[in-house]
Amino acid sequence: MTTEKIYNFMGLRKIAAAFSITLLLISVGSLAVNGLKFGLDFTGGSLIEVGYQQEPDLNGIRDKLKNAGYEDAIVQTFGSPVDILIRMGVAHDPKLGDMVLQTLQSGETQELTLRRNEYVGAQVGEELREQGGLGMLLALFMVMVYVAFRFQLKFSIGAVTALAHDVLIVLGFFSVLQLDFDLTVLAAILAVIGYSLNDTIVVSDRIRENFRRMRKSEPIEIMNVSLSQTLGRTLVTSLTTLLVLVALAVFGGEMIFGFAVALLVGVFIGTYSSIYVAANILIMLGICKEDLIPPEKPDGDEIDEMP
Amino acid sequence: MLNKYPLWKNALIVLVLLVCGLYAAPNLFPDDYAVQLSGTRESNVVNQPLLDQMTEVLQQANISVKGEELTEQGGLIRFKDSRTQLEAKEVISRTLGDKYIVALNLAPTTPEWLRSIGAGPMKLGLDLRGGVHFLLEVDMVSAVAQRLDVYVSEIKTKLRTEKLRYRSVEHREDGSLELKFSAADVRDRAATLLRKDYSEFLINTEDRDDAFYLSITLVESKVREIEDYAIKQNLTTLRNRVNELGVAEPLVQRQGRNRIVVQLPGIQDAAAAKRIIGKTANLEFRLEAKTDAPRVTTETYEFRNENREATLEKDVIITGSSVSNAQSSFDENGQPQVNITLDAKGGQLMNRTTRNAIKRRMAVLFVEHKSRTLSETVDGEQVTKRIPYVEKKIISLATIQSVLGNQFRITGLDSATESSELALLLRAGALAAPIYFVEERTVGPSLGEQNIELGMMSVQIGFALVLLFMLAYYRVFGLLANIALTLNLVMLLAVMSILSATLTLPGIAGIVLTVGMAVDANVLIFSRIREELKNGMPPQSAINAGFDRAFSTIFDANITTLLAAVILFAMGSGPVKGFAITLSVGILTSMFTAIMVTRMLVNLTYGGRTLKKLSI
Repeated sequence: MTTEKIYNFMGLRKIAAAFSITLLLISVGSLAVNGLKFGLDFTGGSLIEVGYQQEPDLNGIRDKLKNAGYEDAIVQTFGSPVDILIRMGVAHDPKLGDMVLQTLQSGETQELTLRRNEYVGAQVGEELREQGGLGMLLALFMVMVYVAFRFQLKFSIGAVTALAHDVLIVLGFFSVLQLDFDLTVLAAILAVIGYSLNDTIVVSDRIRENFRRMRKSEPIEIMNVSLSQTLGRTLVTSLTTLLVLVALAVFGGEMIFGFAVALLVGVFIGTYSSIYVAANILIMLGICKEDLIPPEKPDGDEIDEMP
Repeated sequence: MLNKYPLWKNALIVLVLLVCGLYAAPNLFPDDYAVQLSGTRESNVVNQPLLDQMTEVLQQANISVKGEELTEQGGLIRFKDSRTQLEAKEVISRTLGDKYIVALNLAPTTPEWLRSIGAGPMKLGLDLRGGVHFLLEVDMVSAVAQRLDVYVSEIKTKLRTEKLRYRSVEHREDGSLELKFSAADVRDRAATLLRKDYSEFLINTEDRDDAFYLSITLVESKVREIEDYAIKQNLTTLRNRVNELGVAEPLVQRQGRNRIVVQLPGIQDAAAAKRIIGKTANLEFRLEAKTDAPRVTTETYEFRNENREATLEKDVIITGSSVSNAQSSFDENGQPQVNITLDAKGGQLMNRTTRNAIKRRMAVLFVEHKSRTLSETVDGEQVTKRIPYVEKKIISLATIQSVLGNQFRITGLDSATESSELALLLRAGALAAPIYFVEERTVGPSLGEQNIELGMMSVQIGFALVLLFMLAYYRVFGLLANIALTLNLVMLLAVMSILSATLTLPGIAGIVLTVGMAVDANVLIFSRIREELKNGMPPQSAINAGFDRAFSTIFDANITTLLAAVILFAMGSGPVKGFAITLSVGILTSMFTAIMVTRMLVNLTYGGRTLKKLSI
């Protein structure tokens, strides 16, 4: 029916399953052992960003802060060597930012600027963590209901498994590399859910269509045809999205770097999962024509459409 | 005819795009940095001579002025950049003193005719503009406790007038009231009386230790009502205080059950803002106790600035809430003072009390709700606890020289700063319940500028890359998709401007992401067309089939993404909300441009004629 080359995607399905399971095990293992390196948004605490004119000596800053009584201060550069980020625990004073700036300014010839001063109460952070987890579960559940309603339950299970797979692996990526997990990264993960879902739906849509059209074929063959037909589109969309994300990661600055990285990983994994995870699950669940052919339509109609 | 839109459809699409272009246009006119002047009192008007005078002062200080104008709120002086704006603010505040509020502002440069149709640029979030964000928590436990204290005195009065003898009325720590009686029948009559008068009470009887008790708790709906009232009261007070600070476009909003968000864009001195917003100060005016007064009717307090104490009567004459106006000034000796005007009822009370108390001394008590944070280790985990406490200190103790009425003054203050802050707090009202800062974010203006710059650059580069790719991969169809993508960006800006949504850094990231994902719909359509062509369909039918067949896929895929975006909006805060808005709006506009606009362009290019082949 089509002159397009059919790739034997499903021939690799066992290897793909093993690959996915390995990635998932690594992710879950790292999440269990290392956990996530939650940023200020989720842990609570204070963060002060100070701008220098010339590159300062980090150890000098650390000593100065220690001498001034800020024992728990963590000092690091942020983006550029003249941009210094200082993190502290929850105990906070309204004038902390100004006081730290004063401490650092003393004995310094260059003029310092307070770029950012953030304080998040411990309770607020905790609530946010709960809300974030809840939001993700809610998103997955709504998707499951919608897909079950528009497609069929087996597709719904496939889609949600693919999404959970993507989310876990992105989380795992942040856990293994111990990257800062803040609110923007959470937003990125929800966007990954949206993106990966978009991909999965497009593929599922084609699978459903082909099940109705190619009645004589085996499910595995139908999968291969559908995936091959959508491959072009999957790659092009992923590519354009990756292009803008690379632009964001390279030029967007330190504040949204985590966001861009989470999405980059998410788009990679999302593209892979809509080919291998969702389709694989459908095969495992034993998807067959009876699941998808609308029962109310008389048979005669459908035969006309056959190739 | 195949692939021809009827004229009305083309016209409609063009109309929608034109309107969007119009509403997106204000974003091309960046705001001017400006300083806004307004009077602290009705008598201090901002007029043209004053503006001219300020411009002259600025010119003498070598600060170039871009323009000046009178507005409804006062006067506006424009500058070319933020550095000049800051310098100018310094100069103007020094010249005008505290009779005028001098605030940093951004002045729109949108042409008048665009503004007259309600078009305006998008607002910039704090992360792009600089400013402070506070999240405050209202102490609901004390709000309810304060109300219960009022109930205690009401109940006592009621029982006394009904001649029902009680032994005690106590406000217990668990938030309930306990009434103790010696006789069961008196207790029961009291219960009947209270049940009749207070529908919000849940009343239980209890007998123990030879005494008869009534325990009273408030029904849940009443507790809610008290909490709502406390929040509303605090919102009003905070708005007043924020207005006194003179910040342009402040935001004071309830969030959740017991929290309030305050955002002050463009403010530089976060510490000062925090000091004034967070102050839960109140005043109590009390007489000094006579030396022979019984101990139970007196209380001893320390002075705020001196190391001594005084004993005062427990009865409060008036509190700060009776104050209708307060102004700071200097007395004959150049010492700071606050001139106070009371409302009618407060004036009467003051008059009645001082009439019999001439030559006695009256104290002004400064009441401040504070909290200290304690860190302790529980089960190996670091837990921080907030322990609220009330601090009452005497700020002045002066002999009453004559009967006081509506107007009098407080002296004995430390500095001019203190007197002006006290005056401000008295004017802006007291908070109904104490509040605590649970979150604070300050973004310096330089960081804001840098964020805009980086954000814009990544949008431009990402956009350019996508355009190039589409052109190379789909040729003429790619060009049409690129036009649609550009129009999508215009529509996105227009809708965001119309909704007066706030643009944040994650919001910009959302735009970038939308650009990447918006082509998806076009890609779906185009690959369908290519497929149909390969299957041997003639070009015109292939175009038609491609658009038709891709539609349901596009629809399903976008609706599910929209679901995720809506959840993000519901649970996110501040910047993340901005991201969710851009993403949702982007999904909707991209569906319009990718399906309708691209179709129109394709129809105009290829429709209605015989084609041998397509450039796709």
